[in-house]
Amino acid sequence: MNDRSPEASSIECRNLWKIFGQRADEVLAAARDGKVSKDEALKKFGCVIGVADASFSVRRGEIFCIMGLSGSGKSTILRHVNRLIEPTAGSVHVGGQDVMSLSKRQLRALRARKIGMVFQHMALWPHKTISGNVAFGLEVQGVEKKACREAAEEALEKVGLRGWGHRYPDELSGGMQQRVGLARALAADPDILLMDEPFSALDPLIRRDLQDEFLTLSENARKTTLFITHDLDEAMRVGHRIAVMKDGRIDQIGSPEAIVLHPETDYVARFVGSISTLKYISASEIASAGEVAVDAPGIGPDATLPVLIRQLANGTDHLAVKDGDRLIGRIGRPEILAAVERDLERR
Amino acid sequence: MDWSTLLDPFATINLPLADWANDGMRWLTSNYRSVFQAIKAIVKLALDLVEDGLRNAPQTLLLISFSAFAWQVVNRATAILVFCALSTIGIIGAWDPAMTSLAVLVTAVSISTLVGLPLGILCSRVNWVWSIVRPVLDFMQTIPSFTYLVPVILLFGIGNVPGVIVTAFFATPPLVRLTNLGLREVRADLVEAADAFGTSPMKRLWSIELPLARPVIMAGINQTVMLSLAMSVIASMISVAGLGRLVLVGISQLDLARASVGGLGIVLLAIVFDRITQGFGFTRRDRGNLGLWEQGPIGWLRATFKPQGQFNSKSNQGGHNECF
Ligand SMILES: Nc1ncnc2c1ncn2[C@@H]1O[C@H](COP(=O)(O)OP(=O)(O)OP(=O)(O)O)[C@@H](O)[C@H]1O
Ligand SMILES: [Mg+2]
Repeated sequence: MNDRSPEASSIECRNLWKIFGQRADEVLAAARDGKVSKDEALKKFGCVIGVADASFSVRRGEIFCIMGLSGSGKSTILRHVNRLIEPTAGSVHVGGQDVMSLSKRQLRALRARKIGMVFQHMALWPHKTISGNVAFGLEVQGVEKKACREAAEEALEKVGLRGWGHRYPDELSGGMQQRVGLARALAADPDILLMDEPFSALDPLIRRDLQDEFLTLSENARKTTLFITHDLDEAMRVGHRIAVMKDGRIDQIGSPEAIVLHPETDYVARFVGSISTLKYISASEIASAGEVAVDAPGIGPDATLPVLIRQLANGTDHLAVKDGDRLIGRIGRPEILAAVERDLERR
Repeated sequence: MDWSTLLDPFATINLPLADWANDGMRWLTSNYRSVFQAIKAIVKLALDLVEDGLRNAPQTLLLISFSAFAWQVVNRATAILVFCALSTIGIIGAWDPAMTSLAVLVTAVSISTLVGLPLGILCSRVNWVWSIVRPVLDFMQTIPSFTYLVPVILLFGIGNVPGVIVTAFFATPPLVRLTNLGLREVRADLVEAADAFGTSPMKRLWSIELPLARPVIMAGINQTVMLSLAMSVIASMISVAGLGRLVLVGISQLDLARASVGGLGIVLLAIVFDRITQGFGFTRRDRGNLGLWEQGPIGWLRATFKPQGQFNSKSNQGGHNECF
């Protein structure tokens, strides 16, 4: 396996199904034909459909968000990536390797070296010190004690918890514990991070801080990240791409802009309904076909609303939106106001 | 048809349970004699070792060693308690029988732990083993303790060695039960987290599950110790020497003096044992982040005789050198 190949640390799930319960096979057959819904599966077969036919791939270095309401199957998908649970059907590839084909030993090596995981409820070991928690992944790999300790100290430093190593988890606040969870996942320097609602237990201000810290961290380290959240704002902030889930199905996958501006299903539309589109609007989308003055300043098609407003604030009447030499249209105050009006009506 | 048979059925229907028990026992003794002899020999070896040590060592030395040991694994207050309790045993003239009882006890508890702990671990891993062991434990814990005596006499004879065996047999079930329970009750998300970091099953057991189940397992060991002590009077009926015998003789001869000496001795031993085994349950954290060898007399010696700077006490926070 060559680590440098483009897919070396990407994650790929194909037609993944997970059905909890005794009669999983029957439910799978029926659900594949679209004959049973999640509710019917529970009533008729006593089985829970956790994940239904999910396919997605995460590129190397990408932050891929999975978003959805409680019980939509986000954690279940995540657990398939390092095979903490077995799929009912479908395949999972990590770094080009089929995780279902790995032996127990190979699987342990993959988990220890390649994948770091942050848990929804932190799951710090209460009998171990913070260092002990953070260094555990390395300890498992048989790294000698001194190196373990140094790596733990370094990982703690990254998350701003230097000098807390000798404390115990219950001596730390919830936010600090989350950071420890993050440090624990980072300590062995894995290529892939699996993060299950890492910040959802926190109050909004601390959450924002941690999101920023995380973004800085991952910018520097370029780790492939599967990031789970039920918070749309969070997904918008951290995700390069977002998958929206409903009842085990992935409804839509796309960039934050695409999800907000062009929701493909009613569910996604409802989900993103509360969010303002203004932040994601680009010049090309609101440009109108009106007359363009010869001396109007030019602007690129990707310019965002704040940029446009700043350009227009200094007395310019309108801007010429150009893609290279091609003229797309004009943007003046009426176009901006129309965009704002559309956004307000949408909500 | 004789109507009285219907009204009084048990007069005519009679399951020969007693005969079966006899036959079974005869079959065991004739076919597996060598096995039982081997068990007996091993137990005898262990018991003799402990008993010789305890009975031949000078009393002062034992007194000091026990107190120092208590200080090492628990704390100074317990050391004083142990010293007082053992001195009282000596003063009331029960030293020798107490040492015999202690030897039987230590051997029995060791055997219980060596058998019970691994069996409990196995039960918690393998469901079908637990479904077999569980009814056996139920059975062992409900039949009256006297009932154990007869088969033990038939298989192993009488004396101290069969006494150890019967005591261990009686005292093991709670340890198996609580070890199994403790391991099964470890929070699933903490075990999953260990798996997610690629632990092997052994490593997971050793560094995550056993430490987390530790309070429950220690309660099991404590139960084992207490049951062993409770068994000492009953075991004296198969001619086991020690404090139990004092009580038994006291009962049979209505000799209040002897019975109370024996009884008090057992209570004092129970206190000593209970406190020391509780100390084993302490974690590094309970000891204020000190290792077992960094506290008590040994810790004191190390702190005094080691060159400055090598021995970090807990006051040195940032660079504490033991994190695991
Ligand atoms: N071990 C299990 N046994 C049976 N059903 C399960 C199990 N784990 C999850 N489920 C079911 O699968 C579905 C998806 O659960 P999952 O934990 O993936 O949701 P989630 O999207 O992570 O929700 P949350 O945001 O609340 O964490 C739920 O309906 C749940 O009841
Ligand atoms: Mg979840």
